[in-house]
Amino acid sequence: MNREDIIKNGTIVYNRPRLLNERNTHYCPGCSHGVVHRILAELIEEMGIEDKTIGIAPVGCAVFAYNYIDVDWIEAAHGRAPAVATAVSRLNPDNVVFTYQGDGDLAAIGTAETIHAANRGENIVIIFINNAIYGMTGGQMAPTTLLGQKTATTPYGRKADINGYPIKMSDLLAQLDGTCFVTRQAVHTPAAVRKAKKAIRQAFENAIAKRGTSVVEIVSTCNSGWKLSPAKSNEWMASNMFEKYPLGDLKNI
Amino acid sequence: MAKIKGTVIIDEQRCKGCELCVVACPTDVLQLQNKEVNDRGYHFAYTAQPDNCIGCASCAMVCPDACFTVYKITTTDNI
Repeated sequence: MNREDIIKNGTIVYNRPRLLNERNTHYCPGCSHGVVHRILAELIEEMGIEDKTIGIAPVGCAVFAYNYIDVDWIEAAHGRAPAVATAVSRLNPDNVVFTYQGDGDLAAIGTAETIHAANRGENIVIIFINNAIYGMTGGQMAPTTLLGQKTATTPYGRKADINGYPIKMSDLLAQLDGTCFVTRQAVHTPAAVRKAKKAIRQAFENAIAKRGTSVVEIVSTCNSGWKLSPAKSNEWMASNMFEKYPLGDLKNI
Repeated sequence: MAKIKGTVIIDEQRCKGCELCVVACPTDVLQLQNKEVNDRGYHFAYTAQPDNCIGCASCAMVCPDACFTVYKITTTDNI
């Protein structure tokens, strides 16, 4: 049995999601953003909510997210995605609103907006891509950078006495009464991708059922910023990041 | 005995040669091109040992650029 026979007679196990359009992404080879975009496109298609989903794009590498997934998008000012999402979800209560933010956007300049939107329990989904670095601007230290991690602005490694400690945003948000679902996932293996997709599905279901704010943190890689190959970055993430940012549900009510 | 056979179609022009699929493939089907590059200059992935494919879609799961279409068939033929 050759390749043509399998294609002709077999079943399609996986196909490129319809909502992910034909544009090539601007992300570096092996970037986790691409995987998360793909599972978002798959999920929105599978759940049949493409006509009522509104995404809020951040500032950072994912600033052009609106170019790749064919749903409605708004581009927010740096860090203000949860504030914009609040307005959108309050004015359009029937729509499913999600923000897509990196760690520089959500945990640095947008800390106030994120914490207060979650504390108010807005019916939004916050997708938080945590790669422990400012990828877009050239690999500077982010609030989530690990102690000892070398970046462009901490060439000798992050030191607690000068740079402070890495911030665990999901743990902070899990303490708030407004959040209903806070989870931390990764997309480095096929199994992890399937789990992350399940978590994002639950977050969208929470938003549809108006249970409050759902936060899905994806521990990601930035191979350009970390100066490693994509495969090596996944290994580095598994052996260093998961110690500080353990995977699993932090809150699920 | 029934046997599962699979195959993948790779969008070579979309591939950025990140090698994540090569690492994720449990049956060592995929490799990156050694010398050949696509229009954008990347060493794209290709099926080096297509007969090993079991259609598990692990490559498609980790691909950041959604380059894969995966097919699968259960067969009783002797191959």
